[in-house]
Amino acid sequence: MAVGLSLIFGVMRVVNFAHGDMMVWGMYLALVLSERARLDPYVSFVVCAAVLFLLGALVQRTLVDRILDAPHEMQILLMLGVALVLENLALMVFGPDPQRVSSSLSAATIWIGPLFVDVARLTTFALAIVLTLAVYLFLFRTRLGRMIRAAADNTYGALVIGTDVRRVYLMAFGIGAACVGAAGALVSGFLPFQPAAGLSASVTSFNIVIIGGMGSLIGAFVGGLLVSVAESLGAVFLSPSLKELVSFSLLVVILLFRPAGLFGRRAT
Amino acid sequence: MSESSAGSSPVLLKVDHIAVAYGDLVAVSDVSLEVRRGELIALIGSNGAGKTTTLRAISGLLPLGAGRIELGGEAIHGLPPSKIVARGIAHVPEGRQLFPTLTVLENLELGATVSGHTRGNAETLDWVFRLFPRLRERHRQLAGTLSGGEQQMCAIGRALMARPTLLMLDEPSLGLAPVVVRSIFENLVEINRAGTTVLLVEQNVLRALGLCHRAYVIENGRIALEGPRDALAQNPHVKQAYLGM
Repeated sequence: MAVGLSLIFGVMRVVNFAHGDMMVWGMYLALVLSERARLDPYVSFVVCAAVLFLLGALVQRTLVDRILDAPHEMQILLMLGVALVLENLALMVFGPDPQRVSSSLSAATIWIGPLFVDVARLTTFALAIVLTLAVYLFLFRTRLGRMIRAAADNTYGALVIGTDVRRVYLMAFGIGAACVGAAGALVSGFLPFQPAAGLSASVTSFNIVIIGGMGSLIGAFVGGLLVSVAESLGAVFLSPSLKELVSFSLLVVILLFRPAGLFGRRAT
Repeated sequence: MSESSAGSSPVLLKVDHIAVAYGDLVAVSDVSLEVRRGELIALIGSNGAGKTTTLRAISGLLPLGAGRIELGGEAIHGLPPSKIVARGIAHVPEGRQLFPTLTVLENLELGATVSGHTRGNAETLDWVFRLFPRLRERHRQLAGTLSGGEQQMCAIGRALMARPTLLMLDEPSLGLAPVVVRSIFENLVEINRAGTTVLLVEQNVLRALGLCHRAYVIENGRIALEGPRDALAQNPHVKQAYLGM
């Protein structure tokens, strides 16, 4: 999820506050697919990614495209607006109660050496690595990926050499949203969710992205690991309600020593 | 550098009384110029005279307030930059505008991807590497780690990868050591001889007049003077204002 956010921010410098809500929509989509079509979320995440790709592309083409040159605060307002619309749509359609998708893997556990591991979480973790790798390969091995990186590096330069920058943005936003959709579906088996979960998901992923360094994919991945480990340890050693305290303290400490984040480039 | 060979060839680029403004600020009020196929034309003038604005307007990066721009007889103003590159105009922008975290090779290849030239790519790349052997040596290096002169070579190479009929360069000498400038200007003559028409924007008037066929002098957003290089080099106004004689 943070990978998607990093991609969008890195390329377009747009702060996507609707990110968490897009993830929640990915989760509900997984729910609908599981109830109506009996699709396990570990299968349906592909569909969720595709649908969210379209949603992301639509938001980009109809809304974000108009405000790319506007100051950051305008973008934040717009994306908060999109977030509110998405959240309340979810509220209207699915109601306020927490939901959960049942997966065939939900109940399964295995022993790995002395460790007792939840198969669902393990699968999600493995697939997250695969997805991150796939995005990485896409960016570094394909033509379009190269164009996305070029536009992220120097938008004016990309324009000068004739890149259709709007199309590159469309793809980047779509792929960013697709990552989120896939992430939503992949965690829907063990994380209960409700329409209001979007904001906290957005905040968590911003935390991850800032720790990792804005716009860095590897940073987003490492940041995600750090934050989740920090939160789990916090939940065990302090109290579950204090876990955010740990991850945000981590953010403050890291920013004190590395203002651009772990893998961030220094702002010029 | 003979003037006769290109002097009678057909007009490639025709800029006809264009005006360009940034909001209320008029940067170019009346610029007209013609570039014939095979020519090496310099557009010279001081800082803020409107040189960069003119190039950006030709590339479609800025909208025209008035006038028209034609390439090979067809109007190109109003087209997006991507279409203009596809029509055969490549722009080496001021400050080079490379992609610093991409490798030299990736930067070069991006120049070709965009215009849709996938075939003959290897051939063009080979030509660029022969022009700038330094780039071949450093093709795996990140563009941001190159020296200024190498970055300029990379920017020119990137533009050439689009196989342009018209290559436009904005102040390629900016910030470079004189010896590097000399070698890059030699490259420009070589590129021109190989058949690419060149429009060069320069503040370094002495050098620009040394290699072009004809030149235009732009002052306060309008063309003040034009002519073959020898005539301009002898012009009292040019001598006094630009050559410090």
